[in-house]
Amino acid sequence: MKDFLRSTEHLSRVVLLLALGLIVFLLIRQAVIPAEFGKYGHFRPGALDDIRARPVNFAGREACEACHSDQVEAKSKGKHANIGCEACHGALAKHAEDPTSVVPELPKTEVLCAKCHEANAAKPKTFPQVVTADHSNGMPCNTCHKPHNPRISGD
Amino acid sequence: MEMTRREMLRQSGKFILLTSAAATAWEYVLAGKAEASPNYDMTKHWWSMIIDVDKCIGCGNCVRACATENDVPEGYFRTWIERYHIEDWHSDHPEVDSPNGGFDGFPDNHKQGKNFFIPKICNHCADSPCTQVCPVGATFVTPDGVVLVDEKYCLGCRYCIQACPYGCRFLNPKKNTAEKCTLCYHRITKGLTTACCENCPTGARVLADLKNPNDPVHEFLRTHSVQVLKPHMATGAKVFYKNLDGAVR
Repeated sequence: MKDFLRSTEHLSRVVLLLALGLIVFLLIRQAVIPAEFGKYGHFRPGALDDIRARPVNFAGREACEACHSDQVEAKSKGKHANIGCEACHGALAKHAEDPTSVVPELPKTEVLCAKCHEANAAKPKTFPQVVTADHSNGMPCNTCHKPHNPRISGD
Repeated sequence: MEMTRREMLRQSGKFILLTSAAATAWEYVLAGKAEASPNYDMTKHWWSMIIDVDKCIGCGNCVRACATENDVPEGYFRTWIERYHIEDWHSDHPEVDSPNGGFDGFPDNHKQGKNFFIPKICNHCADSPCTQVCPVGATFVTPDGVVLVDEKYCLGCRYCIQACPYGCRFLNPKKNTAEKCTLCYHRITKGLTTACCENCPTGARVLADLKNPNDPVHEFLRTHSVQVLKPHMATGAKVFYKNLDGAVR
């Protein structure tokens, strides 16, 4: 027995060293990899919470409609009925949270309307388009058209 | 205190194993934190998008809305619009332009032939090439079918940017991490639609949930001629284009 131990001593040290190395590796692995890694796939589930926690800048039309029922009514009769409020008025989640201190500016119609309605060969042929320079000569569009219901005869 | 070498090793081994076990247990306790959207069940959704090419007017509202909502760095795009110009005699080689991604709209090119706009966005592929090449598990497909990037894990190695056949990814110049469309994951998990769909004035883009039996997407896919981009690459793309011209790449 004594001879056996003596003859394998150099091996047992190597085995011990390897075992210690393995333990150190496992400990580091434990510390570095989050406990839930791989719960839904090969990724860190906490990333989902990080991404979900980002702030919302566009409140969505439902939030606008909760207060501005008069504008919804005006818009519902015209061609612009299905356009989201913030498509023209800009991102207003802050206004929805605090309507009194954050007040949106009215967009300038001569700039805003042209973004969609300026004539362009690539636009669908059925889409109403004008060459604004010929059509209004720089006059604000809302001189004649109400943006929420743009048809001139419609009210 | 007297201690043999063997006893010392045994004691220290026990100590190390037990503390690591305790640490693991504590991790599990800590992990039980509340989710950001508690009522959202990932297993009940499978997100996609429908794009009606005939409705796109190239106004750039989607591009601007995306930049505002997601703080996209200037000159980079998570969604963009391309303008195709095709001559009848040259249909294999369309002329494509996208000035500033369509952010400021498109000046009229006054060209004869077929002209149209194609909005582009991450296709949130079911078998996405970009997630397969990531060496560190920083990009992944969520159980509800959205391809996302974990900013904390991303090394900025750019493999995914090369792997995406649609060119939907870029390296954020400030963070040096890969960035892409999240399908507004922070919005859709709260019951809102994406910023681009919310602000599309013509309804050319509509967010769709393929797992929701009441979603109009099912009828839309059945009753229209619908294509995906680069179907030969078998990416399982989930952005469906209605009446897509064969010249679109």
